[in-house]
Amino acid sequence: MGTPIIQVKNLQKFYNAGKLSEVRAIDDVSFDVFQGETFGIAGESGSGKTTTGKLIMKLEDITGGSIEFLGKNIHEIKSRKETLQFRKNIQMIFQDPFASLNPRLTIKEIIGGPLELHHMVSSKKERDKRVGELLEEVGLSANFAERYPTEFSGGQCQRIDIARAIALKPKIIIADEAISALDVSIQAQIVNLMRKLKREVGLTYIFIAHDLSMVKYISDRIAVMNRGKVLELGDSETLYRHPLHPYTKSLLSAVPIANPITEKNRKRIIYNPDQHQYKDNDECGLFEIGDKHYVYCSKQEIEGYKRQLNNELTKS
Amino acid sequence: MVSKVVLSLSNLHVKFKTLSGTVNAVRGISYDLYEGETLALVGESGSGKSVSTKAITKVLPQNATISGDSIIYQGEDLLKKGDSKMNKIRGSEIAMIFQDPMTSLNPILPVGFQIAEPIIEHQHLSKEKAKEKAIKLMERVGIVKAEERYSQYPHQFSGGMRQRVMIALAVACHPHIMIADEPTTALDVTIQAQIIELLKELNKEFNMSTIFITHDMGVVANIADRIAVMYAGKIVEFGTANEIFFNPKHPYTWGLLMAVPDVNIKDQDLYTIPGMPPNLLHVPKGDPFAFRNKYALNIDLEKEPPMFKVSDTHYAATWLLDEKAPKVEPPKEILDRWKYFENHIENMQKKS
Repeated sequence: MGTPIIQVKNLQKFYNAGKLSEVRAIDDVSFDVFQGETFGIAGESGSGKTTTGKLIMKLEDITGGSIEFLGKNIHEIKSRKETLQFRKNIQMIFQDPFASLNPRLTIKEIIGGPLELHHMVSSKKERDKRVGELLEEVGLSANFAERYPTEFSGGQCQRIDIARAIALKPKIIIADEAISALDVSIQAQIVNLMRKLKREVGLTYIFIAHDLSMVKYISDRIAVMNRGKVLELGDSETLYRHPLHPYTKSLLSAVPIANPITEKNRKRIIYNPDQHQYKDNDECGLFEIGDKHYVYCSKQEIEGYKRQLNNELTKS
Repeated sequence: MVSKVVLSLSNLHVKFKTLSGTVNAVRGISYDLYEGETLALVGESGSGKSVSTKAITKVLPQNATISGDSIIYQGEDLLKKGDSKMNKIRGSEIAMIFQDPMTSLNPILPVGFQIAEPIIEHQHLSKEKAKEKAIKLMERVGIVKAEERYSQYPHQFSGGMRQRVMIALAVACHPHIMIADEPTTALDVTIQAQIIELLKELNKEFNMSTIFITHDMGVVANIADRIAVMYAGKIVEFGTANEIFFNPKHPYTWGLLMAVPDVNIKDQDLYTIPGMPPNLLHVPKGDPFAFRNKYALNIDLEKEPPMFKVSDTHYAATWLLDEKAPKVEPPKEILDRWKYFENHIENMQKKS
């Protein structure tokens, strides 16, 4: 599967740690993201998916565990030089394109700023030329450079945001609900653009979203998160066809499908976290059930899941 | 359909006066809403879905002018009604719920009181009786410990629970019509599924008619009896859910349906509708969709297409349906849908 570009090991993030109000936003999460893949993180609000993205970006401190970027622990990065280098390689796109573009700067300044900061251009003229190229790369016109964010629609702003993110030629882009606020037809345009850039520039994506059908479409592998834990992780096709964890099943059963006939017969599966009844001395964790298909369970449950998967595979 | 018509819009127009000129947000829409049905309005942002429904209850900003032939509700024309008469209808007979419940609820009043208020106002019940009724409604929409939560404030509720409060408030006076404007767009999928189920139950229980606005084709497939596809302030295709999903005739509807990722497709670009909707400050001549439409004919640049009849329940505004139009081959995915429609649905529909 290639080399891991990001390695998350036993990651923990607690807010108000040790106090009565302690919130375990991320509790023992581990996964690898490989070079050139799109890694999807799906989950509901409060599942910890956004926090995971922020921690990988090193926007917040971690409570425990480690995150390695190309073999280097990112929370050991201290010097300004190393920080700049790290930030250059890892970029983020957010949900609300209007909120992430400074309304008082022109598009030229927004996209060109990071280029100057990282000394990737030597003159104003070179900067402007590069900005024009980037705008064209994301399907906009080069003469948009002089205008302000408010003059553009949501889809156009999201394109500008992507142009800003790819300006520094990063190795990895974290897209946090990057298309949820857009219209269906615009969503499709942005997804196609992201796919194009992946092909042409060889980008790696971490795609965070609550819409499982989009996550499934765009991702090679998916991690399903709930209450700060990864509950299931696997190849997106396998996860979609043969979900094993009851939470994944419940989440999939709630996704509306654009077909009135299947919708009429849809049965929603309800997930109750108490159904597991883990005891204190149970060893719980992500265990490999099928080929690179991991499920969070106790050691006693492994056999049951394996049987379930075998049954399904023989059926299909 | 033999059901009674509860609301009838005829040639509705909405214009906004702005500093840069007049925006023609809604450009002549007409439809009948039947008793007990759910009519979905779909389309991109700026297509006029929200504005056209806000015009029904006249809750538009002051720079808006509503005109047109009529909005008939219970034999009376709402267009001719003044503000005080509209106040009697708003919230009691026609209720609305919106995308963001936090901005629709008053943050400094207890939620229970906000549900009881319209009951006191419109049904003239005493405070105690209204409270009793509000608590019953809260229980009905699935808020546990309703009595305790009656005196809590909106910030103490989660997004899904707040939307339940909004729904309780909306159905408090047993309205005939519920206008739901993207009520589940801001919610998680599992919560969205719960809210949609609740809305469907209430729809039956109170025999309400619902106008449901959304851009999520999955949600539409689940909830709609009939669908109106809107583009640039007009309805471009109108039909039953099955007709729109399996026998779409307008190229814009094709685009909307194909932009949704198919779970069976991988490693293939999604279909996109090129370009953007037109600026309604200057509505282009002819069909405003023409310049984004690869199936556009010459006449599309000259003259806006009228509504062509496909079946008794199905209409579409595209010149492709004119008898003089050349036969065009729609994308394969749409042809497959047509085939499915011919083989499975058409006969079923005729029988019923």
